[in-house]
Amino acid sequence: MPLNVSVALTGAGGAGVVTAGQILLEAAAVARLYGIMARSSGPQIRGGESAAFVRLGRHPVNNLGNAFDIHIAFDWLNVERFAAEIPLDTHSVVVYDPSAGNVPEVIHHSGARLIEVPLKDITKEVPGGRVNMVGLGALATLLDLPEGTMAATLEKVLGRKGAEALAASKAAVAAGRAAAKEIGAVRHFPTAGSDDGGDRWSITGNAAAGMGAVRGGVRFVAAYPITPATEVLEWLAPNLEKLGGTLAQAEDELASINMAIGGSFGGVPSLTATSGPGLALMMESIGLAVASEVPVVIVDVQRGGPSTGIPTKSEQSDLNIAVYGLHGDAPHIVTAANSVSDCLFTTQWTVHLAEKLQTAAIVLSDQSLGQTRAIVDRPADAGFTAARKLYDGTEAYRRYALTESGVSPMAVPGQAGGEYVADGLEHKPLGTPSSQTEDHQAQLDKRARKLVLHEFGDHWAEIEGEGEVAVVTWGSSTGPSREAIAMAAADGMKVRLVSLRLLAPVQTRPFAEALDGVSKVLVVEQSHSRQFYHYLRAHFDLPDTVRVFNQPGPLPIRPNQVYFNLREWR
Amino acid sequence: MDGAEAPILNAKDFKSDYKPVWCPGCGDYSVLSSITKALAELGVRREDTAIISGIGCSSRIPAYTSVYGFHGVHGRSLALATGLKLARPELTVLATGGDGDGFSIGGNHFMHACRRNVDITYIVMDNQVYGMTKGQASPTTHPDWEGSKLTPHGTGINPFQPLAVALAAGANFIARGFSGDPNGVAKLIVEAVQHPGFSFVQILSPCVTFRPEQRDWKSMHRQAAVEATSDPSRAGKRLMSDDGMNMGVLYVGQRPVPASPERPRATLQDIERSFVI
Ligand SMILES: Cc1ncc(C[n+]2csc(CCOP(=O)(O)OP(=O)(O)O)c2C)c(N)n1
Ligand code: SF4
Repeated sequence: MPLNVSVALTGAGGAGVVTAGQILLEAAAVARLYGIMARSSGPQIRGGESAAFVRLGRHPVNNLGNAFDIHIAFDWLNVERFAAEIPLDTHSVVVYDPSAGNVPEVIHHSGARLIEVPLKDITKEVPGGRVNMVGLGALATLLDLPEGTMAATLEKVLGRKGAEALAASKAAVAAGRAAAKEIGAVRHFPTAGSDDGGDRWSITGNAAAGMGAVRGGVRFVAAYPITPATEVLEWLAPNLEKLGGTLAQAEDELASINMAIGGSFGGVPSLTATSGPGLALMMESIGLAVASEVPVVIVDVQRGGPSTGIPTKSEQSDLNIAVYGLHGDAPHIVTAANSVSDCLFTTQWTVHLAEKLQTAAIVLSDQSLGQTRAIVDRPADAGFTAARKLYDGTEAYRRYALTESGVSPMAVPGQAGGEYVADGLEHKPLGTPSSQTEDHQAQLDKRARKLVLHEFGDHWAEIEGEGEVAVVTWGSSTGPSREAIAMAAADGMKVRLVSLRLLAPVQTRPFAEALDGVSKVLVVEQSHSRQFYHYLRAHFDLPDTVRVFNQPGPLPIRPNQVYFNLREWR
Repeated sequence: MDGAEAPILNAKDFKSDYKPVWCPGCGDYSVLSSITKALAELGVRREDTAIISGIGCSSRIPAYTSVYGFHGVHGRSLALATGLKLARPELTVLATGGDGDGFSIGGNHFMHACRRNVDITYIVMDNQVYGMTKGQASPTTHPDWEGSKLTPHGTGINPFQPLAVALAAGANFIARGFSGDPNGVAKLIVEAVQHPGFSFVQILSPCVTFRPEQRDWKSMHRQAAVEATSDPSRAGKRLMSDDGMNMGVLYVGQRPVPASPERPRATLQDIERSFVI
């Protein structure tokens, strides 16, 4: 029995490949499996070409795997564009409609097994039927997907569309199923593993970031839309309203970050979400939050850069700007989510940190996490919430008092006796401007100290396994790295995983401990200029033997790319 | 906030002990006095009031008052103030700054704050120059002013018309004052704060250091000959033929103000349910 199965669906905009992919993912959920679905589309805003990539498994799925088991092509219009995103090998099966014309070269070259199914012709025979449902039926046969599972899924997904639509879809699926019968199963649908019966969620990384924000206590959000971060904001808008919070659409990112800082100055935990171009615009004001010690959280859903770059595709290339982009000496927090579901935990934790340490905090997510839907175990509420140290009104108030921890109690408008002016100008403990050496030194020390002294606990990184070889990675490269380590383990290799969740402030001692006994490090990242590698070199001691596997977007890192690098050390 | 009888505060109670950095004779001293007078007149509490500013000589104002304040970055005071007011609608929120801060680097926020009509009062001390950076032309500088090294032949660019722009963009209250008339300005600020929605008050406030000729404003300004109107087309007409020296309330609109957040009607557990398969 296979642990995973993966399917790529491609077709013109009208073919409904995304709906078919969603139903497949839903079927996995019904069967108590895990899975993910990513989507890809051409440059058209609506319509055009699209692709859905689905991978289902017995265990939580955190990347799209190496080669697709099945590729169903409703037509060949877009195949050249998507070819690089749909790795196929001799074990792969490609299902296509003979009426779509000649099979393109790239497909032939892959060595995949080709299977003709006259999807369009079959669809014509089903009143009200749609070609994506016929394709789904064919997939059900090829995957040996139990009939009951499929029926239950269709009821669940399409039930609210009315009896007629449901019946038409069922008939189309049945027709597709029958058409593929001669071929039979080419793969086996995974079976569920041991199960504690707990809640499973279907969630995207962007919704997870939103949920993490509100779990952390965020009740004010300022928003300016940008791909691929918009869904964080669109998820938050109605949900904040239900929770008694507010979302404001700003005129630009200069405004959205300042609105968030204004809301937080008012005592309400505040957040904004953006992508690289917006983050670049926000930089000056993020420095303001650092200097004025107003907590604020910025979720950066990274995309291909620089400039407008590749808005719809993923890359881990905002690390430098997030860590080093502020002018002046501006200690702040940078965290990174390492899976779809971790977008929730990391955002929630970051809200807590920003509030606790009264500074700006950037959460790095990326397109491949944010816009991927996953079936996951319900992310437990780790209990991290906004807990700002507030002025208790006893002593005469000094907003920027030089405390031992570096954190000074914050007064909130409405509180008598706490009136102060938050300032981006260097200041004295009282908040009054100062350009004196000793005040600058003292406030710089204070702002640095509060981050250095804080105990971040185990959450600073995911550390798994043992061995003299370690993969050191971050963010969405963690998923494929973890799978590569499992592949290496099957060869008898012991490899450690160290995936950093906290990029700033740097955790020097914990990092050294994590690498204790490690003689070889493989750095894995999705950036052209090896931003993460240079970050590691700048801040940590690394063993003598270091390899780097880096690749820019838009292609995701595949487990076997990491695995081949590890195998060099066998 | 606690419902107890509010102590009566006078203008002095709204001033801080911190000494302004302004040049002697700067118009901003009077504006500060007008703001503190207006706050006393309004009967607000210090703790329930916030003054938000950007960067510039005029943007130094929050530190000279005793209410909550935020001295942010250049040009972003309106965004900060909007965020604060939306998150804490019960507060009285004022934004203050200069013509460079508000109409140049912050011009986009000015337009959208007018449009958004959040209930804040925006006070711009217009001296037609960048005072803090030592005398460059601002958006409201006349095209033939040759006093700046940066534009030795003048800008040759028509000045920005803040009141007309505010009207076109949807500001709900528009007034102009002259810093040399602190009582008149205080009265304008009181009305501006009391009027719901976004209120814009332009105050001609001389920069005696870089625009000494602005001392003549004393004899040039005049009370507007007509009453405020709530008819945008009449206000527009008046503003387009205005020489910039008519003082008073020029426009009082009736646009609806954005609603405050509602009471929570769901818990986090309710919200989570939408993810459960
Ligand atoms: C991003 C940024 N750009 C430039 C400056 C420099 N700067 C400080 S104040 C100012 C102009 C101030 O003019 P105005 O707003 O009219 O205020 P005034 O000093 O005349 O009261 C400029 C350009 C800055 N502080 N920040
Ligand atoms: S430079 Fe001009 S605006 Fe600035 S304080 Fe002096 S007089 Fe006032």
